[in-house]
Amino acid sequence: MAEFDPVSLARLQFAATALYHFLFVPLTLGLSFLLAIMESAYVMTGRQIWRDITQFWGMLFGINFAMGVATGITMEFQFGTNWAYYSHYVGDIFGAPLALEGLLAFFLESTFVGLFFFGWERLPKLGHLTVTWLVAIGSNLSALWILIANGWMQNPVGAVFNPDTMRMELTSFWDLIFNPVAQAKFVHTVGAGYVCGSVFVVAISSYYLLSGRYQAFAKRSIIVASAFGLASALCVVILGDESGYTVSENQKMKMAAIESMWETEPAPAGFNLVGIPDKANKTIDYAIKIPWVLGIIGTRSFTEVIPGINELVAHAGERIRSGLIAYDALERYKANRSDSAAKAALTEHVSDLGYALLLKRYVADPRQADAATIAKAAFDTVPGVGVLFWAFRFMVGIGFSMIALFVMVFWDASFRNFSRRWLLWLAVCAFPLPWVAIELGWIVAEYGRQPWAVDGVLPTFLAVSSTSAAQVLFSLAGFVLFYSTLLVIDIILMRKYILMGPVEALGHTLNPNAAPAPAAMPAE
Amino acid sequence: MSIPFDYESLRVIWWLLLGVLLIGFAIMDGFDLGVAMLLPYVARTDTERRVMINAIGPVWEGNQVWLILGAGAIFAAWPPLYATAFSGFYIAMFLVLLSLIVRPVGFEFRNKFADAGWRRFWDYALFANGVVPSVVFGVAVGNLFQGVPFHIDSDLRVYYEGGGLFELLNPFGLFCGVLSAAMLATHGAVYLTLKTDGTVQARARDVVRFGAVATIVLFALAGLWLWFGIDGYAITSTIVANGPSNPTLKTVARMPHQWFANYGLHPWTAIAPIMGLAGPLLALGFTALRLPILTFIGSALGIFGIIATAGLSLFPFLMPSSTAPGVSLTVWDASSSRLTLFVMLVGTVLFLPLVIIYTAIVYRVLRGMITESILKSGHHY
Repeated sequence: MAEFDPVSLARLQFAATALYHFLFVPLTLGLSFLLAIMESAYVMTGRQIWRDITQFWGMLFGINFAMGVATGITMEFQFGTNWAYYSHYVGDIFGAPLALEGLLAFFLESTFVGLFFFGWERLPKLGHLTVTWLVAIGSNLSALWILIANGWMQNPVGAVFNPDTMRMELTSFWDLIFNPVAQAKFVHTVGAGYVCGSVFVVAISSYYLLSGRYQAFAKRSIIVASAFGLASALCVVILGDESGYTVSENQKMKMAAIESMWETEPAPAGFNLVGIPDKANKTIDYAIKIPWVLGIIGTRSFTEVIPGINELVAHAGERIRSGLIAYDALERYKANRSDSAAKAALTEHVSDLGYALLLKRYVADPRQADAATIAKAAFDTVPGVGVLFWAFRFMVGIGFSMIALFVMVFWDASFRNFSRRWLLWLAVCAFPLPWVAIELGWIVAEYGRQPWAVDGVLPTFLAVSSTSAAQVLFSLAGFVLFYSTLLVIDIILMRKYILMGPVEALGHTLNPNAAPAPAAMPAE
Repeated sequence: MSIPFDYESLRVIWWLLLGVLLIGFAIMDGFDLGVAMLLPYVARTDTERRVMINAIGPVWEGNQVWLILGAGAIFAAWPPLYATAFSGFYIAMFLVLLSLIVRPVGFEFRNKFADAGWRRFWDYALFANGVVPSVVFGVAVGNLFQGVPFHIDSDLRVYYEGGGLFELLNPFGLFCGVLSAAMLATHGAVYLTLKTDGTVQARARDVVRFGAVATIVLFALAGLWLWFGIDGYAITSTIVANGPSNPTLKTVARMPHQWFANYGLHPWTAIAPIMGLAGPLLALGFTALRLPILTFIGSALGIFGIIATAGLSLFPFLMPSSTAPGVSLTVWDASSSRLTLFVMLVGTVLFLPLVIIYTAIVYRVLRGMITESILKSGHHY
């Protein structure tokens, strides 16, 4: 049964646990900064209402944060449990940002998040504000290190294959952390998180306004969140991570697949707004094309050519042939470690070694592959065009609609005193959209990375552990069941506290005109 | 870039740092797991349970990062170990993950509804959260001493012979699991004597008395079992401490009493097992004298000693193979590259002290006992 082989199951489990995890992470990223901004307003104005605002959104933040942490541990352990060969093959590079994430970011965020909740009475105002900012900075730094790790899978810089240890090894730590793909992904991902947090606050506050409750609370929340959200949404779209799509072969393939662009076009290439991608016939039907747009967005130039899928497949075929020379040299070197001719041949072709490994899907020894098999393996470098084409378009569409929403809400809040009810309804309806866009974004990024676990280095099907399909099926079923249960409880709890509203949840009335609150008593 | 340490030194340093992180996890998150384990027994009423939960409520999250960092450090510094251990103990790791996932949601969800059945459900879920990782980590160490059935091919891909959960649950493995659970339950009780008062504190003190004795007896018996019943491993080919990280290039033999060889070669290492026995003894004495901070230090020393004993006995082995001893993972052939070890060392030297400093600040802000009356005001679980 092809569907129940260990590779598919391990991929399904990773996809499922990652998509669950990323239901919570963006809200943590966005809400943590919003909390810090709201609490800054409290410390600057001294008005109790801002403290109430911070504490109420903080309560919802806490429920979400718990789920983010819970589902995050799985992500780290999963590389070892399900992707053992990956861990061996690239752990020398990939492990470092994960460990540094723990040391530089996760410790910060987790150590201070307890104080955020339990420290209101124990810390002076400025002390607590510092704690809140540290939580926000910690969670965003955490995203930075994770995206450095992920960026390396998309564009593996600063590393070289070592035949003595049969793995990739680090050659430059700076190349790893200043990887342009990682930088683009970081800005794009945290920006999306800020949009998510802002929509969350705006949508729930709009609901309160529609039901005529907590005016002072909701209006202030909307002003902060719509301003922050507008800036972030512009960032996400303008600094979208397609800026990283030109730097490597696989990234180019991803862009061509997103476009369903089979033939290379003269620069600047046109953008297929909609159409029906047809991978079997290597074409796109009924395409509505906007000239120039793709070339300008993708390359930031009028002259640079974006290669089409067919050209990239032909190139992959060449790299497989070059990789076979490396593979043969490696086998000779393994048999005789003093064979310097073999080592020289390996060194010359080592950057294509991963392409030869693509053949292992069809033959145990890639050197036995015939021309037809090589052509098949080269075509394997084309990811699922249809999925990428549509996932990308829905994601971008939502991105633009978020900008429009924030512009309108911010305008309405600033100059029309929240007078347009239909806009409040629109904001409520927008609630799920950031999550949809974010999950689609990960599908574009990671499904688009296939067939590679690490671009051009290690095919996904070779990266798994030697665990049995039964074991993986067991854990996959366990995670889906367990996570789904928790998600249901999480949603019930969120709903309970949202419906309850700030007055009941905080246990006191909100008074927007209250005199500046007395400074909290220090613990001494 | 020239790296100012040779490969051998970096490997030894990272072996020590791995020990520091694992001991840090056991001391810091160990009491969280211990408190969770004791939840149904030390506390009888809902308020008492809330006292216990809130005693660790603000700090467990930071403590858990010791585990995250420990796993990350194994990934970064010992990739073959990370690959082999995590996939070899597949179902065991899955159970650990599920039980760790319970904790944040259990803490966050439990107090959100007043229903007694709801709260009882989360009490037992949190109990499982304490017991399962504590036992599994002990079982894993017990299995390291016996060797794990795996082999490695020339592509350095790892394969397991059998390797199911039930093979891990052999008598010595389970015995080490019980030792680990006793050690961490005691530590949790010690923490409760520090952070609570009244009946919870009195019951916790009873647990410390019983648990410290149990830890000492179990630790001593594990040593005797190891001496009489379990052969150790030794590298029989020339040791290349500066060589490439390829575990398939050496020969290894099993021989009796070999797990004690290091104590003969370097007698000063005997301080670890002595600490393992003396620590719980100190905890026992200080708790009788009502000196909770010193009790905590004693208990922490005991944990330090017991884990250090395991590491020193195994050295230079990290994960021996029972079916293909030659491919056992050792400090000399299962590390990452020299550059990665160096970069990670710089990161650790710069930032781990900072982590310890701000952790200390947070504990200082949160100092004082959690009493039943405190729970009536402010934010609490």
